[in-house]
Amino acid sequence: MCGKDLKIGAMKALILVGGYGTRLRPLTLSRPKPLVEFANKPMLLHQIEALVEAGVSEIVLAVSYRAEQMEQELSEEAKKLGVSLIFSHETEPLGTAGPLALARDILAASDEPFFVLNSDIICEFPFKELANFHRNHGKEGTIVVTKVEEPSKYGVVVYGDQGRINSFIEKPQEFVSNKINAGMYIFNPSVLKRIQLQPTSIEKEVFPGMATEGQLYAMELQGFWMDVGQPRDFLTGMCLYLSSLRQKSPGLLYSGSGVVGNVLIDPTASIGQGCRIGPNVTIGPGVVIENGVCVKRSTILRGATVKSHSWLDGCIVGWRSVVGQWVRMENTTVLGEDVIVKDELYVNGGQVLPHKSIGTSVPEPQIIM
Amino acid sequence: MLKAVILIGGPLKGTRFRPLSLDLPKPLFPVAGLPMIQHHIEACTNVPNLKEILILGYYPASDLAQFVSEMIQEYKINIRYLQEFTALSTAGGIYHFRDQIRCGNPEAFFVMNGDVCADFPLVEMLNFHHQKGDRALVTILSTEATRQQSLHYGCIVLDKDTSEIKHYVEKPSTFVSTLINSGVYLCSVEIFQTIAAVFNSRQQEYYDGGVNGRDTAVIHLEQDVLMPLAGTGRLFALQTNNWWSQLKTAGSAIYANRHYLELYRRRHQNRLALQVTESGDRKQCTVIGDVHIHPTANVHSSAVLGPNVSIGSGAVIGPGVRIRESIVLSGAHIADHSLVLHSIVGRGSKVGQWSRVEGTPCDPNPNKPFAKMENPPLFNSDGRLNPSITILGCSVTVPSEVILLNSIVLPYKELTRSFKNEIIL
Repeated sequence: MCGKDLKIGAMKALILVGGYGTRLRPLTLSRPKPLVEFANKPMLLHQIEALVEAGVSEIVLAVSYRAEQMEQELSEEAKKLGVSLIFSHETEPLGTAGPLALARDILAASDEPFFVLNSDIICEFPFKELANFHRNHGKEGTIVVTKVEEPSKYGVVVYGDQGRINSFIEKPQEFVSNKINAGMYIFNPSVLKRIQLQPTSIEKEVFPGMATEGQLYAMELQGFWMDVGQPRDFLTGMCLYLSSLRQKSPGLLYSGSGVVGNVLIDPTASIGQGCRIGPNVTIGPGVVIENGVCVKRSTILRGATVKSHSWLDGCIVGWRSVVGQWVRMENTTVLGEDVIVKDELYVNGGQVLPHKSIGTSVPEPQIIM
Repeated sequence: MLKAVILIGGPLKGTRFRPLSLDLPKPLFPVAGLPMIQHHIEACTNVPNLKEILILGYYPASDLAQFVSEMIQEYKINIRYLQEFTALSTAGGIYHFRDQIRCGNPEAFFVMNGDVCADFPLVEMLNFHHQKGDRALVTILSTEATRQQSLHYGCIVLDKDTSEIKHYVEKPSTFVSTLINSGVYLCSVEIFQTIAAVFNSRQQEYYDGGVNGRDTAVIHLEQDVLMPLAGTGRLFALQTNNWWSQLKTAGSAIYANRHYLELYRRRHQNRLALQVTESGDRKQCTVIGDVHIHPTANVHSSAVLGPNVSIGSGAVIGPGVRIRESIVLSGAHIADHSLVLHSIVGRGSKVGQWSRVEGTPCDPNPNKPFAKMENPPLFNSDGRLNPSITILGCSVTVPSEVILLNSIVLPYKELTRSFKNEIIL
């Protein structure tokens, strides 16, 4: 097409990036969600890298708003990875299926199956296995499913021995399955015939029909899975990601003194004397942790400073924020970009908007405008 | 010759001062590093010709014995503890021990309530009392309060020209005067005739069968003696603008601590820790504002203390600890990087690393002139704990990395988690 050489076997993918990422505010007030660093790497890059690793050469990003900053930063990263990014802009929200119709020309350019995934997912991406599994059963689509502890909160997937899906049951009151849709799919281009260019839910309006026709299979995900679209889950996902890193590539984890458990520290960050960092902490580039600081289960983003003797547990500290001395922050406190927390304060579950200076304690969970 | 009487009550009193009064008589609770009533004693020792201090109360004598002997040694003055057989109230106790007070023929004696804290202007009171000549029977030290708060105190109406008290009423239900009784008096010895008259009329009532089993020896100085004296031209008041506060609740101890430390700055510089710039000593901790550190306390050089902090004997303050507006009692241990704000850490209590012990100050409104401590009840009308300072009773253990906010912990409790707005039995 268009005179472009099509590599045989080169695969395509579509990532449902979506809207403003309001669930991850106040972080997404400063930076589009795909660029928010999860474990010191922009969230979307985790997925792009995994797709490239599996042989994908062309990725469609379905976005519902224009963000010059995001397009520019991601295009640079894509160039390094040798993958081409195509931004597909919705003029109106098209749900989870509509964006496939919008990108029909690209996705249907060859007969190769293509991947579709939600952008908030963090796991050990199984794209190669997914492609193999899909080719083996030979039907129209495969969805990745993951095991959850409390299936009644989700829509569960019921399938047979070979993985052929029988039905989807939304929030089951009685146990029928503990497998839920993990938000990652592979489809043959023929699936596009089922989707109109209009707001459509792939889960509710496309999958049930495919299942009825015996065209949809489920592949079980190995390892951890987390939707990190909101702060609490972002931190849980970080813990899971770090312990997976401990198994897969422990060399990437920090092993200096004063560190407990799985900790990721950028080489340009500085850590003071007498600190206790970890378990489950990621510290971004240029971060300064002063002497005698204790940080647990937290993400400290690029350029932030945590002053002496402070104690942080379950926090996301935004870019270039400054946390004063003897500060105690806990309970999913999220500081936006360039927030200042004065000395000796207590912040319990505070969500602090960017460029704010806090001078009094926040003893109960609260949004600080 | 002069004497002084300090009224300290007994173990049944001062319940609002719990849990700090559970292991130590309230009058001996250290404020700014000294037992509460040592501040009274020190004020007395600055009065020329004051020869003896009598401490009156109904605590067991053994509770006070060591303190009294230490005071005698330190101030080289006669001090005795006189134990009432039962609670006789202010004037009842004085009358019961009238012979002890009168012996040696003092011309007058001070009477000081043990639970007030102040910059006591005793010499000024003495000069004032002398000026008034033989007619003066009692001079009350008085201070200004707000209209609203005056209702909780004895209220005084004064003749501005003569300083005579024209009217006196105890805790009125409607506004009478913003001038209040501070609980410090200078009495001429003739006052015993007045108290005797009250005593005798009580005896008479008793034999006439009209006292309904009340103890006839109980005589209140305020209601039974001062009120009748008002308007007779024999009762005077000296108004002071010096700092003054009652010490009813544990919360008011933090406020009193701050003011006594401020007085040290003027009178006992040696009791305050030097700021680093003054001492030039790198081994000393950082001190902000007024801080008292007992010589036997061990404070790490990287700790930051103040303003308004008192550290008791043998206390250990670890590296990187921050303490502000608090009292840490003897033998307490605060481990590395912890923070203590608006709190009292009881004797021998232990706070782990990276913990936060924080209370809410209940100081008088600084924007209201003459406002006093409010002393709110523990619980508000909804039955919820009023936020106040955090208090650890003696030998309490606070683990590492927890927060203790606006809570009261009774003695010997070993905490295992964070607490907020709770009383921990």
